[in-house]
Amino acid sequence: MTEWEAVIGLETHVELQTKSKMFCGCPVDFGDEPNTAVCPVCLAMPGALPVPNEQAIEGILSIGDALDCTLTERSLFYRKNYFYPDLPKNYQISQYTFPLCVDGRLDVDVDGEPTTVGITRVHMEEDTGKSTHLGESGRIHGAENTLLDFNRAGVPLVEVVSEPDIRSPEQARAYGVELQRIVRVLGVSDARLEEGSMRFDANISVRPVGTTELGTRTEVKNVNSLRSLQRTIAYEIERQIEILEAGGSIHQETRHWDEAKGVTRSGRTKEESEDYRYFQDPDLLPLSIDDAWRARVAARRPELPAGKRDRYAGLGADRRTAELLVDAGDLAGLFEDAVAEGADPRNVGIWLTGEVVRYLRSESVDVAETGLTAASLVELAAMVGDADLSATAAKDVLAAVLAGEGEPRDVAEARDLLQISDASAIEAEVAAVLDQHPEALEKIRSGDAKPIGFLVGQVMRATGGRADPRMVQDLIRRTASG
Amino acid sequence: MPVEIDIARVAHLARIALTDEELAAYAAQLENILEHAERVQALPTEGVEPTSHPLPVVNAFRPDEVTGSLDRDDALAGAPEVENGYFRVPRILDES
Amino acid sequence: MTDLADLTIAQATAGLRSGEFTAIDLLDAVERRAAVTEAHLHAYLTLDREGARSAALAADEAITSGDRRPLLGIPIAVKDNMVTKGVETTAGSQILAGWKPPYSGTAVLRLEEAGAVIVGKTNLDEFAMGSSTENSAYGPTRNPWNTDTVPGGSSGGSAAVVAVGSALGAFGSDTGGSIRQPASLTGTVGAKPTYGLVSRYGLIAFASSLDQIGPIARTVPDAAMLLEAVTGWDPLDATSYHGDVPAISRSLDTGVAGIRVGVVSELTGEGIDPEVLAATTAAVGRLADAGAEIVELSLPAIEYALSAYYLIAPAECSANLARFDGVRYGLRVDGSTTEEMMARTRAEGFGPEVTRRILLGTYALSAGYYDAFYGQAQRVRTLLRRDFAAAYERVDVLVSPTSPTTAFEIGSKTTDPLTMYLADICTIATNLAGDPAISVPVGLDAGGLPIGFQIMAPALGEEVMFQVAAEVERRAGFDTRPRLATSEVVAP
Repeated sequence: MTEWEAVIGLETHVELQTKSKMFCGCPVDFGDEPNTAVCPVCLAMPGALPVPNEQAIEGILSIGDALDCTLTERSLFYRKNYFYPDLPKNYQISQYTFPLCVDGRLDVDVDGEPTTVGITRVHMEEDTGKSTHLGESGRIHGAENTLLDFNRAGVPLVEVVSEPDIRSPEQARAYGVELQRIVRVLGVSDARLEEGSMRFDANISVRPVGTTELGTRTEVKNVNSLRSLQRTIAYEIERQIEILEAGGSIHQETRHWDEAKGVTRSGRTKEESEDYRYFQDPDLLPLSIDDAWRARVAARRPELPAGKRDRYAGLGADRRTAELLVDAGDLAGLFEDAVAEGADPRNVGIWLTGEVVRYLRSESVDVAETGLTAASLVELAAMVGDADLSATAAKDVLAAVLAGEGEPRDVAEARDLLQISDASAIEAEVAAVLDQHPEALEKIRSGDAKPIGFLVGQVMRATGGRADPRMVQDLIRRTASG
Repeated sequence: MPVEIDIARVAHLARIALTDEELAAYAAQLENILEHAERVQALPTEGVEPTSHPLPVVNAFRPDEVTGSLDRDDALAGAPEVENGYFRVPRILDES
Repeated sequence: MTDLADLTIAQATAGLRSGEFTAIDLLDAVERRAAVTEAHLHAYLTLDREGARSAALAADEAITSGDRRPLLGIPIAVKDNMVTKGVETTAGSQILAGWKPPYSGTAVLRLEEAGAVIVGKTNLDEFAMGSSTENSAYGPTRNPWNTDTVPGGSSGGSAAVVAVGSALGAFGSDTGGSIRQPASLTGTVGAKPTYGLVSRYGLIAFASSLDQIGPIARTVPDAAMLLEAVTGWDPLDATSYHGDVPAISRSLDTGVAGIRVGVVSELTGEGIDPEVLAATTAAVGRLADAGAEIVELSLPAIEYALSAYYLIAPAECSANLARFDGVRYGLRVDGSTTEEMMARTRAEGFGPEVTRRILLGTYALSAGYYDAFYGQAQRVRTLLRRDFAAAYERVDVLVSPTSPTTAFEIGSKTTDPLTMYLADICTIATNLAGDPAISVPVGLDAGGLPIGFQIMAPALGEEVMFQVAAEVERRAGFDTRPRLATSEVVAP
């Protein structure tokens, strides 16, 4: 029985949120009305010429820098020639040899298992227009006519190409999530998959474990959600393994993911017979990135997700907490401030990833709109640390603080949740319960530990849940052995 | 050295619908021209960089500013077919 | 009294400023000349009567208030591959028949800003591909010196109108000689500037790394003035030159004492018509008389320039013309699918020469052939630039005939494309190098057809180029006009 290994490479397209398009001054942020953000350049009228957007170049360099790439000294724009009605010039200005960024890496983590995915290149290109189809089904096949809107034509597009270092659907998803985070923290794109400002093409093949030759790959294009990315890769791996194990071979082709049916389908092989006739675009000058420019790019690099994760871990956050905080800047702020004031990072982490997130989601609010502050967390942590509150009680108090009922100590007092940890009070309660259940005490003395839990429960009931359960348990044991 | 051209494929790549007769005529002309143009192969060019720009300049950019678009009416004015603000074309045979 | 249509721009400007006549008078004279000559020449595709009239009226107002812009009120023509807002622009092709652009190109805007009166759009070889204007989808233009002959191409229309006085100056475009060669064949002055000196925004692209807009005029000083009006960096053209524009007309009267002139041996031997050669030699002799130092030079890579050009230009044009697909503007021929519609539109919309070059270019770029053809041609280009650079170490300018022949008969070179391509051998090298060049008329052949003399200069060397050109013009004594350029000719 062969053991198979999946070999996956991802090509990710990211639309940059510059103010104007890549090669002309039309706005990138356009409304719904078709063909209202177009000009002679992006409509490819006769005589029009492209001029590159400086901010878009800065944006792609930031992405390359964040992915640890080399920003190449000399880079060229190329024409990728093919005919399609949503491509006004019938060539796309892109890059071929000499892309702007090469040889980078992205570290991803799947449930504590790290992998480094190589980044082959990051290059600059322009987006196409959009086509919609008239016809009964609304689908492109069978449509009588096609309608074209060129508002999106010419929007700056960055393509990130990974090495085929990804080995599982989960890794692919983790890669996608991390890349999305990076692009967002750089502020160059909102990278919203559902809106199309970030899209994935996946190249998938399988091979027997232990071999180094690459199997025939298929490509699934324009995957527009992380969930689909994971599912389509999983499906495709299975499909290929099935075929190979049955003695068949994989046909190199482009396939399409059918979200509803959960399968990939064979697309037309038109792509493979296309000859793009790449040549350097004579309307554009070469790009030259010198050391001073590289230094400027590095200097503006913000704290990236990996750096944040390391920093939160250094502050005592566990992996799950760090992961949450990377995406939630406001919660991260609370965490950092609370820990700086001495709060126990473990507890704060548990609360943030649990109760707080739950509350924010169910109430559809931001933490700034709640009653929770770093000070509240510090106070709550101190109360737990001093055993003034049990873990359970702390959750209730936290919920109340979020709801704006007040600060933790006030809430705890008002709700009578303060843990009883006064030794004499607990002794009295324990003594009372032991009096009521002498047989239990006998059992414990004879070596049976089971009744301890029952007795602790009894004391908790009697104290309305406020006794410190550890103290109670301790006391019972001591009484039993003493 | 005679050059053989797959003229039908070239015409398809260029999206020009030609009759068989026209294809044959163009193929012959092209082969003729290329035999002449092939002379460039005679020049030794090892180690010679190609020129794609006469002026040795780099980095021509524009600032990221919205400088205005065409009025939609002007944008669509020359279009063969429009519908509700869209350019209209016949159905697309292939989907990429 | 001289017919105003026969004035030079310099003379017309003087007359306008002194109040001797108005811009409307000038426009009237030019339009009268056009009315008479157009039936013989077919040089104009569109006459923008309304636009010209309001520009002339505005010019007259400005002149009265003391406005001294150099082209104010001067009627000029513009080649129909230069986009003009609201005025039909066809590039000489059926595929753009009736297309009225929603914008104007930068050179056109600068001319309007300079106060020029744009009379109309002139005929050209389709998409500027040709050397005779016979490839126009709207019929050929005829040479005013002998209407059975071609005016040259691709800017044949612009050259013809200047030769005959139906405009006082004109603009054309030059990719392999398309301004200079028609100027040579029509006895006018035509200049191609350094690549990047004039914005290409609004010039319907043929070969992007070779195309340049330039002036055609009756005199060298006129040509300099026209060129100055359109030079300068344009933010809308990434390939436009960002530095200081050369002082184009500063040395027109300086003379050539001490100037080193290189005669290109490859262009003054075999393949050049004997009368053209004789006229070239005579012009060189006159420069020597004027104090120039004459050197004979070889540029070995020039042997390969034509071949390199016929790989590079078609390759670039095959991509530049891909946008003509019946989707957003221009001709559409119906099809049941978009792909069919595109292929039929392009088949019907493009003429044979354009189709030929698109196919050639597509092939030269296609998988497996790129390096052998296009890539190699770009390397040959580098070798050519090295030859020029070496030459300019020894001389200030290079000279040659502009065209190997004088005007040839319409239809005489259209059977074999290669024959037509050879018309470009003298002019092509400077396009590949990106350097400026100018053609100055120096005489007539036995058949009464004009001969042009070409002066080439290093990149941004317009000043010395015009300096030498002015001297060549002074000493050539070429003051003949074609028979059609007189008010005596009657309209048919």
